[in-house]
Amino acid sequence: MHELGITENIVNIALAKAGEAQASRISQINLVIGEMSGFVADCIQFYFDSLSRDTIAQGAVLHFELVPAQLRCRNCSTVFSPQDTLWSCPECHGQSVEISKGRELYMESIEVE
Amino acid sequence: MKKIEVIQNILEANETIASRNRQLLNDHKVFCINIMSAPGAGKTSLILQTMTMLKDKLSIGVIEGDVASTVDAEKVQSKAKAVVQINTRNMPESCSLMAAMIESALKSMPLDNIDLLLIENVGNLICPSEFTLGEHKRVVISSLPEGDDKPIKYPLIFIDADAVIINKMDLLPHVDFDMTAFRRSIEGLNPKVEIFQLSCKTGEGIESWWSWVLEQIKTNIPKQ
Repeated sequence: MHELGITENIVNIALAKAGEAQASRISQINLVIGEMSGFVADCIQFYFDSLSRDTIAQGAVLHFELVPAQLRCRNCSTVFSPQDTLWSCPECHGQSVEISKGRELYMESIEVE
Repeated sequence: MKKIEVIQNILEANETIASRNRQLLNDHKVFCINIMSAPGAGKTSLILQTMTMLKDKLSIGVIEGDVASTVDAEKVQSKAKAVVQINTRNMPESCSLMAAMIESALKSMPLDNIDLLLIENVGNLICPSEFTLGEHKRVVISSLPEGDDKPIKYPLIFIDADAVIINKMDLLPHVDFDMTAFRRSIEGLNPKVEIFQLSCKTGEGIESWWSWVLEQIKTNIPKQ
């Protein structure tokens, strides 16, 4: 839903980094996206194709590393993957949990020529 | 072929502008609250009630965010010191306010004459959770007719909230809303959150909300 602005940032960051390295073409952009972050990879790809047109990032492969959600129980510290929408701890059944992984949204690296 | 390590938060551009907004607000001793909810939960009603209750104590500015129209800005116009309407329809994101939109709106705000700035975000429980604006506190309104499962369906916005307002309490006898389950899910996600049960329509419970606002201003904005 809000991937357009995000994709603009992706293109800007990649172009800036490629510029610093005096690269002539960006062949791949490696992104890390958490399952909970609310960003949809297909949607980013769709906007990327249009926003990168006529730049050295045109045609670059977007590689997404998707990080599954991981929760931690505040009660007994058990780390677990949410199995249902209730997010209760499989050990103590407590419902006080924090997200330990899955909110990531960053560019890990770019591959350039 | 060469690999260049980047490790850069993609939301950094927004967060940099948000910090700048926060600094500007601090310089002018303006306390700022970002109010988020689904459409129709009562953001505008809460702003109107807050202005009515605090009009003798504080000078209040409002930034209204909507995809289109100036309906909300017109509603709050008479009670606010200043109102800026942002229409997101033609912006890169229409589903949420972003820090750059606030930066531009702040230019039209008489910051020296304002104590409290209320930002009404676009009605949406998903997108606004990703974008900080430079606010001091994030407040989410959930209203009884929406049902008690919203924290389970949209956890992020509740995890990052400083306060959650349960609005339309006057409808409690008429809707199936499990208050215990609702409070339990919010407190599970976010043990530090303040929860207020109120009705913007009848005014029931509103005093605990505005007292909290005054307290937050006292704590966060030191007097000269």
